[in-house]
Amino acid sequence: MTNEGARQRIGFGLLLAATLLVVLPVLAIIVLIVTKGWSALSLEFLFTMPRDGMRAGGIFPAILGTFVLVLASISFALPIGVMAAVYLSEYAKDNLLTRIINLAIINLAGVSSVVFGLFGLSLFVVFLRFGVSILSGALTLGIMTLPVIITTTREALRAVPKSYREVSFSLGASRWQTIRHSVLPFATPGILTGAILSIGRVAGETAPILFTVAAFYLPKLPHSLGDQVMALPYHLYIATTQIPGVPENYRYGTALVLVGLVLIMNIAATRIRSRFRRKR
Amino acid sequence: MNNQICKAKIEVKNLTIHFGKVRALHDLSLDVRANEILSVIGPANSGKTSFLRSLNRLNDFEPHIRISGSVRLDGLDIRTDIEAEDLRKRVGMIFALPIPLPRSIYDNITYGPRLAGLRDRAALDRIVEDSLKAAFLWDEVKDRLRSSAQKLSGGQQQRLCIARTLALRPEVILFDEPCSGLDPISTAKVEESMLELRKDQTIVLVTNNTKQAARVGTRTAFFLMGELVEIDATEKIFTAPRDPRTNDYIVGRFG
Repeated sequence: MTNEGARQRIGFGLLLAATLLVVLPVLAIIVLIVTKGWSALSLEFLFTMPRDGMRAGGIFPAILGTFVLVLASISFALPIGVMAAVYLSEYAKDNLLTRIINLAIINLAGVSSVVFGLFGLSLFVVFLRFGVSILSGALTLGIMTLPVIITTTREALRAVPKSYREVSFSLGASRWQTIRHSVLPFATPGILTGAILSIGRVAGETAPILFTVAAFYLPKLPHSLGDQVMALPYHLYIATTQIPGVPENYRYGTALVLVGLVLIMNIAATRIRSRFRRKR
Repeated sequence: MNNQICKAKIEVKNLTIHFGKVRALHDLSLDVRANEILSVIGPANSGKTSFLRSLNRLNDFEPHIRISGSVRLDGLDIRTDIEAEDLRKRVGMIFALPIPLPRSIYDNITYGPRLAGLRDRAALDRIVEDSLKAAFLWDEVKDRLRSSAQKLSGGQQQRLCIARTLALRPEVILFDEPCSGLDPISTAKVEESMLELRKDQTIVLVTNNTKQAARVGTRTAFFLMGELVEIDATEKIFTAPRDPRTNDYIVGRFG
């Protein structure tokens, strides 16, 4: 009896240790960024253009750039991903073609981000002549997030009870009416979870935007989808490795803003999601 | 009972259903007469539910299903002469567990009519009131039609589901063990509404509760391992069945 109790304590202890080991790096990163970057935060830092070869002034263009890229890529990838997921889980029969498509989606998720960057360069920038632009960058980022959105949407659709569909059919609804009125409304919170996960991914990626949209330095803010933008992750990379003499708190401040921006956008999306949940 | 003069509402001929390699129903032929309550009894896996779901083609969504034989509604083949959506508007279904959609009571009941294209507010209001009254639920919910249907009790939910089905004014209603999750009082209310509905509708009731079949069934069919053992007037089945297996089941020797 006591032996069993001791074993149990050891078992739970190991599980707890593993859990703490997961939390530790996250905590360490946040503490590091906040302590080293906090002093850089100011209204000037957040809302003005860089000065002195980006060694002083603000990072507003990079903040705006990242925000615009997130918005543009999600508004491209969310509808397409959701539509593909609905087709795959509600209409597609289980045949060879469907299996190949599934395999493709899984593989798409496994492709490294720099390959997406090269793909975006050759397809959007060069072949379709969108140039190095917000459009090219957002489309590249969007394709990168498609697997995440498709997978989470399918999970969300699968979580809607089969009985809702049967009730809807039994009341004379067609397949499309059933999806529209008895499946999608109840899957929306889950679908938004996919979108939330994508926000962080899109905001943080450097490689896909490297060749497709990101600018080293721009004296002016963008005003159309055909313009280049600065972006936070790329700016962080430049400030850390390409420009000598950038103050340390400036670099960590940029990282802090990136993390903060993702957090704010996640909170906003979560708010929207809980509003959908409450609607029931 | 003047069963002889009643005409067949549904004619089932040589219906056989396979799910993959499993045979759920074998060469079933029977008629459902207009304005009767046909009770279908039998042990688990006897094909009762497969039979019921083939009457509104809800089996169609099962993968690897094979169906042969025919089902006719008022003489029309339900697979070739009627669209599945139209068939399901004429042949409603109540499921074993009450499944209110996560919407308001009002929206649950108007779900079918709205999707069928009815937009007129006054007409929808009238349908809601009539359907709830026919399901004996109106007095309990008339002041909170806009509140969530999922907040109702189990018995109320099942009567809501009946009202929701009635909203489409179906000619036939299929009940799939509608009282399996209900307490005796709620069961009595559901049975009461079934007997009331019989005046205008034809009812097929699948039940695990032989007493329920005896209480409400005009006729009763006994299924065993995917085959129809016998079908007859309810009092005949319960007092003098022709087949000894029917008697064994009714007195509780198996099943």
